[in-house]
Amino acid sequence: MEKLLEVNNMHVSFDTYGGEVKAVRGVSFDLNKGETLAIVGESGSGKSVTTKALMQLIPKPPGRIKEGEILFEGRDLTKMSEKQMQKIRGKEMAMIFQDPMTSLNPTMKVGNQIMEGLIKHQKMDRAQARKRVVELLDLVGIPDPESRLKQYPHQFSGGMRQRVVVAIALACNPKLLIADEPTTALDVTIQAQILELMKDIQKKTDSATIFITHDLGVVANVADRVAVMYAGKIVEIGTVDDIFYNPKHPYTWGLLGSMPSLDSADEELYAIPGSPPDLLDPPKGDAFAPRNEYAMQIDLEQEPPMFKVSETHYAATWLLHENAPNMEPPASIKKRMEGMAKSSSSNEKGDRI
Amino acid sequence: MTRYILQRLGYMIITMFLIATFTFFLMKFLPGTPLSAADKLSEEQQAVVLEKYGLDDPVPVQYFNYIVNLTQGDLGISFQFDNREVTTIILERIGPSMTIGVQAMIVGTILGMLLGLVSAIYHNGFLDYGSTFIAVLGKSIPSFVFAGILQYYVGVKLGWFPVALWGTWQHTIMPTIALAIFPLAIAARFMRTEMLEVLGSDYITTARAKGVNKFGVVFKHGLRNALIPLVTVLGPLAIGLVTGTLVIENIFAVPGIGEQFVKAINTNDFPIIMGTTLLIAFLFIFIILVIDLLYGVIDPRIRLAEGE
Repeated sequence: MEKLLEVNNMHVSFDTYGGEVKAVRGVSFDLNKGETLAIVGESGSGKSVTTKALMQLIPKPPGRIKEGEILFEGRDLTKMSEKQMQKIRGKEMAMIFQDPMTSLNPTMKVGNQIMEGLIKHQKMDRAQARKRVVELLDLVGIPDPESRLKQYPHQFSGGMRQRVVVAIALACNPKLLIADEPTTALDVTIQAQILELMKDIQKKTDSATIFITHDLGVVANVADRVAVMYAGKIVEIGTVDDIFYNPKHPYTWGLLGSMPSLDSADEELYAIPGSPPDLLDPPKGDAFAPRNEYAMQIDLEQEPPMFKVSETHYAATWLLHENAPNMEPPASIKKRMEGMAKSSSSNEKGDRI
Repeated sequence: MTRYILQRLGYMIITMFLIATFTFFLMKFLPGTPLSAADKLSEEQQAVVLEKYGLDDPVPVQYFNYIVNLTQGDLGISFQFDNREVTTIILERIGPSMTIGVQAMIVGTILGMLLGLVSAIYHNGFLDYGSTFIAVLGKSIPSFVFAGILQYYVGVKLGWFPVALWGTWQHTIMPTIALAIFPLAIAARFMRTEMLEVLGSDYITTARAKGVNKFGVVFKHGLRNALIPLVTVLGPLAIGLVTGTLVIENIFAVPGIGEQFVKAINTNDFPIIMGTTLLIAFLFIFIILVIDLLYGVIDPRIRLAEGE
């Protein structure tokens, strides 16, 4: 497996009037070619900031990448100039945004918006670019592409617009596709269509994908590996099986436990108590400790390092320390995991990319 | 589209008719008579003059005659300039007014937009503060004060341009600047706010994620979207210029409509007042129509569908 992306100890901060907001506090992960990594976590955990930082799309000021490196095919993106980044954005890495209603330019024809990248990066003339746009619109499943490309975004429905957003991202066959909650703003049937579409396309183009979501159902469906983020840090990272069947971090337990499922209709839906910490002044020790019913004294005093669970699975919780008592996830979550194991064994797992 | 424009023109005629009616009766309430030095004339002499201009008829008859003449494009004869048609006087004087007005509009909005753009691009930088300062000055100093300052420093002290009167193109420069400063300030403030908002929007991030450079982001993606709200204020601004010329023309002694209008009001020259009011009203309605059509050009979402 060839490494495409390697993020080492990345810190991103925003300088506000209230002080420095440490949105991302030392994130490290890597991504192989053709692989799909899902980043999950609640709102404000730093998922979007992490991916925007990868593309150097953080508005500077107030944002800045304080330290760390982002190695994309060995080149450190944090050291690149804006000019150099412009050559990489859209060409080698592209982004699919969350809200299709606002992420297309309302005063520009859809065709031109897709063409822009082609003309800039692939040096195509308009006729060539146009041909490619028709192919792309066809690929993302927009019927009658020839006439659709002359239309404006307001003439498209939400789902169709998101297909356009996908087409824009795919235009130059990027090696890395970052999807920032691409289905959150869509209704459920359209969500499924867009997910299927993205899976299909990934199969065809073999691009690596970083998929941000807070929908764990989506994660199980699309991802190879999962990174769980909390308060600007990755607290647990592993394969989908690691995270779903053998979660180690209490926060991951909480996330899995708060996922509604059909066969748990009789029991109360679990919610993680409390709210995420203020990143203007991140707490000492484990940021999750105040909300963690399994927290130990050391959680409040020292930040846990990443403990290795297996070759693919790491988690940052003191519970994995050799001196820690052996903790089992709560019974309801265990039951939930067993349920998932059952349902997934009946699933066509081979379909996953 | 054609149908829409025709419909709008129909409304324009109705509006003009209502304005003509209203102004006509309003003028009947003006104090004094059109006769200059009325006290020096005998009763008979006054009657002769009033009869000559049809002012002895009952008001409804006068109104009827006026409207009938109006539909034939006849605005009547001026009281103060014997036997001169109002239409001729207006046509003679519209040139200078239009020159100043159009020049001010173009200079004001374009410079203002540029200033606003610079502000937005170099947000919170030195250039932003500089252009904000200019805009605040332009907005808070009344045009007649600014006109006086211009006349004194640029006209008298520096002697770059003629202080007043009309003739060469140089004569138009100072009135244009005095008139342009307000639309410039408004356009600059508006452009800055709108552009900043647009630059923070999601589709700009999309554009940047495509690898579009800063120039492309601002001009290709930003400008058109920022212009939509700006067009809204351009209408009232253009109209403000029409009335702004009234003052500026008097200060710079420009032989335009505005100067004539003020003179006509002072002498109760009814036909000129009527004529000028109708002209300004027409410009007003016409500008609004142009603005409405401009919306469609800039924003595809409000473009009228065929057959609508």
